[in-house]
Amino acid sequence: MATVENRAQKPAAGINDDIGEATRLELYRSQVLLREAEQRAFDLFLQNLVKGTSHLSLGQEAVAAGFATAMKPGDLSFCTYRGHAHTLARGVPVEKVLGELMQRDNGLMRGKGGSMHLTSAEHGVMGSYAIIGAHLPIACGAAWRAQYKGTKDVSVCFFGDGTTNIGAFHEALNFAVVWKLPVIFVCENNLYMEYTPIASVTAVKQPAADRAAAYGLERILIDGNDADVVYRTAQDAFAKARAGAGPSLIECLTYRHSGHSRADPAKYRPEGELERWKERDPVKVYRERLKQFGVDDKAIAAIENDVRKIVDDATEACKAAPMPPLDLLTTDVYADGGFAWRN
Amino acid sequence: MAELTYRDAVARGIAQEMERDEDVVFLGEDVADAGGVFKATVGLLEKFGPIRVRDTPISEQAIMGAAMGAAMTGLKPIAEIMFSDFFAVCFDYIANEFPKSRYMSNGQLKCPLVVRTGNGAGSRFGAQHSQSVENWCMMIPGLKVVAPSNPRDVIGLMAAAVRDPDPVIFFEHKSLYATKGEVPDGEIVDTLGTAAIARPGKDATILALALMVPRALAAAEKLKAEHGIDCEVVDVRSLVPLDTQTILGSVARTHRLFTVEENPRLCGWGAEIVSIVADEAFYDLDGPPVRITTPHIPLPAADILEDIALPTVDRIVDRVKRSMNS
Ligand SMILES: Cc1ncc(C[n+]2csc(CCOP(=O)(O)OP(=O)(O)O)c2C)c(N)n1
Ligand SMILES: [Mg+2]
Repeated sequence: MATVENRAQKPAAGINDDIGEATRLELYRSQVLLREAEQRAFDLFLQNLVKGTSHLSLGQEAVAAGFATAMKPGDLSFCTYRGHAHTLARGVPVEKVLGELMQRDNGLMRGKGGSMHLTSAEHGVMGSYAIIGAHLPIACGAAWRAQYKGTKDVSVCFFGDGTTNIGAFHEALNFAVVWKLPVIFVCENNLYMEYTPIASVTAVKQPAADRAAAYGLERILIDGNDADVVYRTAQDAFAKARAGAGPSLIECLTYRHSGHSRADPAKYRPEGELERWKERDPVKVYRERLKQFGVDDKAIAAIENDVRKIVDDATEACKAAPMPPLDLLTTDVYADGGFAWRN
Repeated sequence: MAELTYRDAVARGIAQEMERDEDVVFLGEDVADAGGVFKATVGLLEKFGPIRVRDTPISEQAIMGAAMGAAMTGLKPIAEIMFSDFFAVCFDYIANEFPKSRYMSNGQLKCPLVVRTGNGAGSRFGAQHSQSVENWCMMIPGLKVVAPSNPRDVIGLMAAAVRDPDPVIFFEHKSLYATKGEVPDGEIVDTLGTAAIARPGKDATILALALMVPRALAAAEKLKAEHGIDCEVVDVRSLVPLDTQTILGSVARTHRLFTVEENPRLCGWGAEIVSIVADEAFYDLDGPPVRITTPHIPLPAADILEDIALPTVDRIVDRVKRSMNS
């Protein structure tokens, strides 16, 4: 982690510094919620209640929590198939997400999208995209609309390290800079693209940060396991975007604790790597930070218990929820609600 | 009424919609300052300014993605992809993104945009700038697909496409840009999913699209004058939605079906229509349906080769005559 420039780290001035206690408790709560919900998704998969595939963000919670906490209503999130955390972080109810993973009628898209396509337009989650890179240009388009309409809304696009090697990444970066769009590109560098170490397939050391210069952007490389750092960096990028000063590209160093997807035991990781990263587990890091700041154990436990109850209740609600009705099969192909292609 | 080229009809169609609705925006390569490589968008920048008419980098994925993101958040973008052959470098948006977001989100997301593109052969551009690729799009649930054959339809179908709440792929034919037609004054708004009987006739139905429409019409005149065969020519206009009622109605009257398709043979739009007719109007037919297409080849550049690749007036006449006389 020696290369990390914690540009957003500021001297500790006590809990009521620029971030403040209320936001810190929110950041912690968000990370615990993402952790518990993702862990539950994994457990439900082991019980064969989550079908299909799923890509967990265990270990990457600080990125999702840090950005979502810095967002305002009207800001839009564009996620990948690894999108549960970003969706939940925008305030989408756990039941809606688990319900979709369990392919129930109470799911966000009533089972029509599945784990890889979580969408909640009312929360500003404008889709989760499973074709690598596809959503970077789409986020540009939403930012274009904000620019055109003169709103202060910002589009935020999350993606992995592997995504920096696909053409759409480069097209979107250039396009966003040329059009000066209010969009933030957030690369979660978890060191792997699926099963392959990112370093072995990338021309530069830092897949996003080292490309920033090619688009005239500032090189931003941060500790993605520290929610304070993420939050501060996000705030700077939002301020820039809202001021009409264009896009940012932010590389967050992080690590996924589980395999790439549910089918992956992650045997390709070198001995000890996971354990080393777990020492810097973002939830653990942040709990210690709160304690250092004098937040008492009771307040921390209260957050954790509250979140566990939310996830437990959501799980029970999903188990009891019906499967989607069969007539959903042919709805919403076209705007008239159906799938007619002929008269 | 005024006589207008197909090329000028494109600009007029876009302008009509941009004047009506300030949420209509237009982007593409060389479309603003230069007025388009086919000069089909000349004057739009001057009329609507650089905020609404925007030149882009050579980034087809960015163009398509930006159009989609703008559409899902409330604008009504018209995106140009210079040559339809270039769909291949941004096909993700055509195949996976535009058409599936509404379904996957259970109706939460919308994608009301138009992609207009130069399609088809006749310019001696060779295999990568000449294809007819409407069947690439026709097969994808969630898209709508139109291909006008004359200036009036360009304006009317453009209006219908822009006002439609679904993603519409709008195929302009490069070899029609210079052709002229009568266009009424004032606003023109057509309807997607409607075919047009371009020439009534009683002996056989010829279905055609885009550049093949004038060829089918010329063939019909020849068949009547030289062989006494009276053909009805139907301009299909819209592949999705498909106006099967007009097509089946024509076949029920003439009892014979021919399709004239510019695309290479396999999986052309005519194959789908022939299968519908076989399924639903088999006993109306007095003979086997016949598809007249480009062979299963990439397109050559040389004029004498390209000219024999596409269905010609003579090939249509010959094929219809042989089939009707057998
Ligand atoms: C265009 C495309 N190519 C390949 C894949 C298969 N695929 C799914 S996830 C993935 C790895 C992506 O790695 P990264 O961008 O680092 O994201 P992470 O999974 O680590 O979050 C690949 C190759 C895909 N979905 N889309
Ligand atoms: Mg990765």
